[in-house]
Amino acid sequence: MRDRMGTDMVAQRAARTKDEVDHPSSPVLQFGSDMPLKLDAGTLLSPFQIAYQTYGTLNDARSNAILVCHALTGDQHVANTNPVTGKPGWWEVLIGPGKIIDTNRFFVICSNVVGGCLGSTGPASTNPATGRPYGLDLPIITIRDMVRAQAMLVDHFGIEKLFCVLGGSMGGMQVLEWAASYPERVFSALPIATGARHSSQNIAFHEVGRQAVMADPEWHGGKYLDFGKRPEKGLAVARMAAHITYLSEAALHRKFGRNLQDREALTFGFDADFQIESYLRHQGMTFVDRFDANSYLYLTRAMDYFDVAADHGGRLADAFAGTRTRFCLVSFTSDWLFPTEESRSIVHALNAAGASVSFVEIETDRGHDAFLLDEPELFAAINGFIASAARARGLGL
Amino acid sequence: MSVNRAQRVDLDVVTDLIPPNSRVLDVGSGDGVLLELLQETKQVDGRGLELSQRGVNECVARGLSVIQGDADTDLKFYADKGFDFVVLSQTLQATRNPKVVLDELLRIGNRAIVSFPNFGHWRVRFSLLIKGRMPVTKDLPYSWYDTPNIHFCTIRDFVNLCEELGATVEKATALDANGQKIGLSMPWWFWNFFGQQAVFLLKRA
Repeated sequence: MRDRMGTDMVAQRAARTKDEVDHPSSPVLQFGSDMPLKLDAGTLLSPFQIAYQTYGTLNDARSNAILVCHALTGDQHVANTNPVTGKPGWWEVLIGPGKIIDTNRFFVICSNVVGGCLGSTGPASTNPATGRPYGLDLPIITIRDMVRAQAMLVDHFGIEKLFCVLGGSMGGMQVLEWAASYPERVFSALPIATGARHSSQNIAFHEVGRQAVMADPEWHGGKYLDFGKRPEKGLAVARMAAHITYLSEAALHRKFGRNLQDREALTFGFDADFQIESYLRHQGMTFVDRFDANSYLYLTRAMDYFDVAADHGGRLADAFAGTRTRFCLVSFTSDWLFPTEESRSIVHALNAAGASVSFVEIETDRGHDAFLLDEPELFAAINGFIASAARARGLGL
Repeated sequence: MSVNRAQRVDLDVVTDLIPPNSRVLDVGSGDGVLLELLQETKQVDGRGLELSQRGVNECVARGLSVIQGDADTDLKFYADKGFDFVVLSQTLQATRNPKVVLDELLRIGNRAIVSFPNFGHWRVRFSLLIKGRMPVTKDLPYSWYDTPNIHFCTIRDFVNLCEELGATVEKATALDANGQKIGLSMPWWFWNFFGQQAVFLLKRA
């Protein structure tokens, strides 16, 4: 796969990724020593920076802002061409002028999470104390830390209350955390294909990925950037394993079956005989060019640590007690990473808290990643929810 | 849920019972026709619980707050007196345990509104008595083998259940075959014979 793509192109892309870490092409908000980020780990992160993108215009009342939270390997480039990959923004099917989340009406903000690698402070960022990349010297980051940082960004725009916070997977976790931590700042919340805590099985998959990264000799105890190296093989394997969990058995069968890759017969070797092998290898190899391995460790850890109920005395309903936020949850029938039951338990907790909640389960065989795809029923649900919330917020057209 | 929408004359009766700006939970909200009507005419804060995913998705696409769930199993997740009104419209007869469901409605709502097809209606009696066949009417269009309606009752049966559960009937309306209200002065047996549908407003004593 690497040969086909050309070593030059790979090197260029890797260089672009590196540039994006400290000096991203996105706008950046710097927080000096007077504005540290208080971390759940018990320390302060300071100074730090957030890279973000915005679309549309904030209205005079500052009431039309939508915060989009990205997933594990996503970034702030939700509705513009990605500067590293050159591909369309990861939710461009949904967000843009005239689209369901219409940037002619709404002011959309998306920021790279703290711990990420596309411009917000993360393990690949330069540690001002040493002049070298943080590596594992960066404290562990939690979902709540990410949300705290986003709240500081939202403050910067002078926005008191967000019209909507939405996101899928790890983005959905941030949505739930926003609703639990800042209920008065979230008018409506749209967590998609997510859970209020990471399940044991999900932690298990993440641990496999982390071990693959750390087993790569090029990882160098997390100091690979100091050596000008990257644990590409380990990170690629991590991505391959994770990618399987984003799909479904039915979708894999439909797309690949047992089809052979560019050959007529089995080769009786360990080459990528099957299309699915070739596909996964491609997924692994392209991922390492755009993502930092340590960042992958930090962000998977953040998801593992996520447990909203535990943060509120063990009862999920208490996390949302008295909330006035309007919720809409969405799950997908074939998502085995965040099965419908995870959403349903959040719905029950919201019911018990007396919250306004809608819940849609969408029938699809496309697995967890369905939230990123063109799913008409998903779009219909988002459209209906946003439209009715906009009416309630006085944002009707 | 089990009756055609065009024939849902009971919806107007239900709507008349609910004051503006109430908090309403519609159990078995179907495609959201009642919730939408209540939002438009009474500006209620409405929520729905619906068994069929298709119905739920339709409701949410129309901007209604509805979740997928089963009246038999999911009402327990709602807080005591969380709503001013809980509506169970043409759904009671399709639940597995109508007594438990009714008990839950009275717990969750300050008031419960229940509408159901009356199995004591003369056409039903006629079908069984003379024809010896399970009744199939325009209100109850299913055959015995494919009906979702597994727990039919008559108006008299329902009144007895309310007594058993300690519920007070604050208001009751019976609709005849033409959807007209049957006069209040008529005795129960008359309602039970000529009422095709009934709508009850209940409160736990």
